[in-house]
Amino acid sequence: MTGYVTRWISEWIEGLGKLALLFAEAVRSLCIHKPNGRELLRQIYFIGVKSQSVVLITGAFTGMVLCAQTYFQFHKVKMDSATLAVVSVSMCGELGPVLTGLMVAGRVGAAMAAELGTMRVTEQIDALRTLAAHPVDYLVVPRLLATLIAMPLLTAESIALGITAGYVVGVHLLGIDPTYSWQHMLRYTDVSDVVMGVLKSVVFGGVIALVGCHKGIVCGEGAEGVGRATTEAVVYASITILISNFFLTMFLTPLLGGL
Amino acid sequence: MIEVRDLKKRFGTHQVLNGVNLHIESGESVVIIGRSGGGKSILIKHLIGLLRPDSGAVLVDGQDITPMNERQLLEVRRKFGMLFQGAALFDSLTVAENVSFMLRREGKHTPGEIAARVEQALDMVELQGTQNKKPSELSGGMRKRVGLARAIIYQPEIVLYDEPTTGLDPVVSDSIDQLIQRVRDRLKVTSIVVTHDMRSARRVGQRILMLYEGKIYFTGTPDEAFSSKDPVVERFVKGISDPKEHTF
Repeated sequence: MTGYVTRWISEWIEGLGKLALLFAEAVRSLCIHKPNGRELLRQIYFIGVKSQSVVLITGAFTGMVLCAQTYFQFHKVKMDSATLAVVSVSMCGELGPVLTGLMVAGRVGAAMAAELGTMRVTEQIDALRTLAAHPVDYLVVPRLLATLIAMPLLTAESIALGITAGYVVGVHLLGIDPTYSWQHMLRYTDVSDVVMGVLKSVVFGGVIALVGCHKGIVCGEGAEGVGRATTEAVVYASITILISNFFLTMFLTPLLGGL
Repeated sequence: MIEVRDLKKRFGTHQVLNGVNLHIESGESVVIIGRSGGGKSILIKHLIGLLRPDSGAVLVDGQDITPMNERQLLEVRRKFGMLFQGAALFDSLTVAENVSFMLRREGKHTPGEIAARVEQALDMVELQGTQNKKPSELSGGMRKRVGLARAIIYQPEIVLYDEPTTGLDPVVSDSIDQLIQRVRDRLKVTSIVVTHDMRSARRVGQRILMLYEGKIYFTGTPDEAFSSKDPVVERFVKGISDPKEHTF
C-alpha cells in the first residue's frame, strides 16, 4: 500500500515536471518563432466557437440551480434579496471558471490528446521532426495560445449567462424583488471577483492545453494507447483544475484585496 | 557520409541493437535487411536522430548527432528525407500542402515557386494532378509516392526508406523500386532502404547489410548475399524457416 502511494506520488510529481518542461519549451518556441497564424485561428475557432453550446448551457443551468437553491435557504431567514449577490460572487470567482474549465477539458483536452496521439501512432509526429519542424512549435504552441485566448472569453460568457439566468429564475419564477436584488448584487460583487475568475480561467486554459498535448505526444502504441491518452488527458486536467482552484483562491484573494 | 559506432538500444528487457557498427559513403545505395522486429526501423530512426541510443555514436558527415538536443537535430535533419512505412502523411493537409510542407515552413519561397516545385516533385513520382486530393482519397502506393515527393522536394543529401514496399502488391512494389532507383540516379542522393523484401533489396541495393541479433551480421553485394552459404543469411534470403525456432 505504501509502495503504491509512493509510486503514485512520484509519478504525479514526474508528470508535473514534464508539463513544466513542455511549458518552458513552448515559451522558448514563442521567443524564437512567430506562431503559425492560420493554425492559431483554426484552433481558436475549434476551442472557442465550437465550445459555445457546451459552455453556455453549463453556465446558464448552473446559475439557475444556484439561484433556486440559495433562494430556498435564504427565504427561511428572509434574505431573499441577497440571493443574486451569492449567485454573482459564486459564478465570478468559482463556478464560472471551474465549470467552464471542466467542460473545456472534456471537449478540447480530449480532442487534443486524441489528435496528437493518433499523429504519434501513425508516425506523423516523427514525419514532422524529419521535416525540420519541432512538434512544440507546430503542434503545442498554437493550441496553447488558442486555449489561453479562448478560455477567458468562454468563462466570461459563462459567468454572464449564469447571472442572467439566475436573475430570470429569481425574479420571474421565484418572485424576488428585482431592484433590491440588483442593488445587492452590485454592492457585493467586486471587481476582484471578476478578475479572479478571468485569471483562473487563463491558468485552467494552460493546464488543459499542456495536459492534452503532453498526453497526446507521449501516447502509447495503437488504439489502446490513444484511448488511454484521451482518458488520462481529461482526468488529469480535471483533477489539476480542481486542486489548483483551491490554491489559486487562497493565493489570489489576499492579492486582489478580497480579505 | 554516415558512420555508426557500437550503437546499443534496449527497450525494457529486450536488447534491440547490441553494438551496431556500419559505414555508408555518400552516393551509396545501401539496403538493410533483417527479420521483422529485428530492429531495422529502430536503427534507421537512430540515423536521423528520431531515437536516442543507450550508448554508441552516430556520425553524420563527421558530426556526432547523439548528444544534440532536438533543436540542434532539426538542422542536421535538413540533410535527410525519410519515407515512412505508412507514408505518415498529414491527414488534415492536401497532397500539395503535404509535399510543400518544408518549403512553406522555410518561408523563403513565393507561392508560385512552391507550386512549381510541388508539380516537379509530383511529376518525379508520377502523380501529376493530385495536388488538391486529401491523403484519405489515395491508395497505399499513391500515399507512399506522395511521402517520397515530400521527402525529396527540398533536395536532401540522404533519403531513408522504411519498408517502402510493405503492404503493397507486387506490381506497385516494382514501381516503388523503380522510383527509388530513379530518385537515386537523378538526384544523386545516398539511399538507405530498410526492407525484408529480398526482391526489392536486390533491385535497389548496391550493398546489403544484414541485421541479426542486434548486430550487423553480413555485409556484401546483392550477388554475394544471394550466393552466401552462411546458414543465417541463406535461410533469410531464400525465406526458409528454422524448424527448431519459433518464428511467430
